[in-house]
Amino acid sequence: MGRDITLGQFMPGHSVIHRLDARSKILLLISYIVFIFIAGNYMSLLLITMASLLVVLSTRISFKMYLKSMRVILFVVLFTGILNIFYGSGEVLWEWWIIKITQGGINNAIFVTVRIATLVMISSVLTFTTSPSDLTDAIERLLKPLTVFHIKVHEIAMMMTIALRFIPVLLEETDKIMNAQKARGADMESGNVFKRVKALIPVLIPLFVSSFRRANDLAMAMECRCYNGGKGRTRMRILRFSGVDLFALIFSLVIFSGVILCNIYFSPLTR
Amino acid sequence: MEEFIEVRNVYFRYDIGEGTDASDNSYALRGINLKINKGEFVAVVGHNGSGKSTLAKHFNSIFIPTTGDVFVSGMNTKDDDHLFDIRKTVGLVLQNPDNQIVAGIVEEDVAFGCENLGVPPDEIRTRVDNALKAVDMYEYRKHSPDKLSGGQKQRVAIAGIIAMEPECIVLDEPTAMLDPQGRDEVISTVLRLNKERGITIILITHYMEEAVLADRVVIVDSGTLLLDGTPREVFAQNELLKRHRLDVPQATELNHRLRGCGFDLPDCVLDEEECAEALKKILKK
Repeated sequence: MGRDITLGQFMPGHSVIHRLDARSKILLLISYIVFIFIAGNYMSLLLITMASLLVVLSTRISFKMYLKSMRVILFVVLFTGILNIFYGSGEVLWEWWIIKITQGGINNAIFVTVRIATLVMISSVLTFTTSPSDLTDAIERLLKPLTVFHIKVHEIAMMMTIALRFIPVLLEETDKIMNAQKARGADMESGNVFKRVKALIPVLIPLFVSSFRRANDLAMAMECRCYNGGKGRTRMRILRFSGVDLFALIFSLVIFSGVILCNIYFSPLTR
Repeated sequence: MEEFIEVRNVYFRYDIGEGTDASDNSYALRGINLKINKGEFVAVVGHNGSGKSTLAKHFNSIFIPTTGDVFVSGMNTKDDDHLFDIRKTVGLVLQNPDNQIVAGIVEEDVAFGCENLGVPPDEIRTRVDNALKAVDMYEYRKHSPDKLSGGQKQRVAIAGIIAMEPECIVLDEPTAMLDPQGRDEVISTVLRLNKERGITIILITHYMEEAVLADRVVIVDSGTLLLDGTPREVFAQNELLKRHRLDVPQATELNHRLRGCGFDLPDCVLDEEECAEALKKILKK
């Protein structure tokens, strides 16, 4: 189990996107998401989707991986898409009893589907091309201003690092405990949902107990290495903005202004 | 040789809460006196619950003695002002390799200690590279720790300590969870660090075969020091060790029993080679 989680998996490489500073990747991702929702008609949606596809292709990661990460939310996308067909106004295309399909409904459905698909794709770009440690590092630096409000940014970043580090360890442990319980005759594969959830309790309790033991060990190991919170800490790797980041910024600004221009010059959509 | 670590009449009791009977049995350490010199390789041996791991955690002030004192290079481990100096001088490697790796990439984990000490980035880089080369894990520097074997993980943990440039490394049963190959990797790394870099090693173990490799063996039993001497001196005390339910290496045991049957053999042999040599002599006669 858990062997095929692609959402949030780092794939090392040397593409332009890999070379971008993690901070710019996070900031650009947020602005892309905002502009995916700002896009108000087919032209601007097409533009931002094409730009996202271009970014995806330039990571030089097989497109299959992106499709895999989309498979997880396929149901949600289809469900909201189909549901949206029946809502909306405008010209009625087809009518039967209380069900009415309108031009606006179809527009809505296409928009929701394309938006969510693009969103997942562009988010995967961040997690696929950025190592977890770069990511936490970047988050720590981006949130630094929040220390003014006494938010412990360093602690949050450290928690993320440790959580990411222990995900595979705990998955392996879960596997082991499940096998151990199965060897004792536990039945986890049959019965209805409630029965199966109940069957998980004997897995979760030992997992919890051992997590606490691990936490205790880890705390001691960190103390042995003079961990003292974020005070006076230096970092081995320093994040630096470079020419690639400038290029990415200019490219994105062009796309974003394109989206706004399309929104202005082409008529808005009937909903 | 220069005196480096001194354990002076240390008693230690785990905090068991109020109202519990504070009888003599509740002490994990009962009057330990021990001096360790710079550059020594000391093996601390004892069976489960003998207090050897508790002792290990006293060397870098993870535990503070209930009574008595521990000095590291003249600094008392009770003294909070020297806490980080002591931990920088004496590094501790724990038993479970999985639970002491903090970061998701090997080289970043090795850097963790230096980062905490506030070492400048360029210097961290060189220290990390050197530490990884010292444990022979340099080519794995970009790997994720969960793809490594137990022995490799334990060597990464050792590198994390070496990068802090300690004068002494305490290893608390570093091989207990490893397969024979991983055990060999770790022990040969430790030996090399001791011989080539002159780092003082305190190896806590219950494998007698590992203890034999040390300069000095200290046997701990129910919180007290039972024996202290060279491996040869210690393992010659076969009867005493037996009485405390402690093993000796197989070759030593064989030699001892044959000697008991009246064969003309040396007092004590430590490994298979010496044993074979001694047997060859009497077989040729």
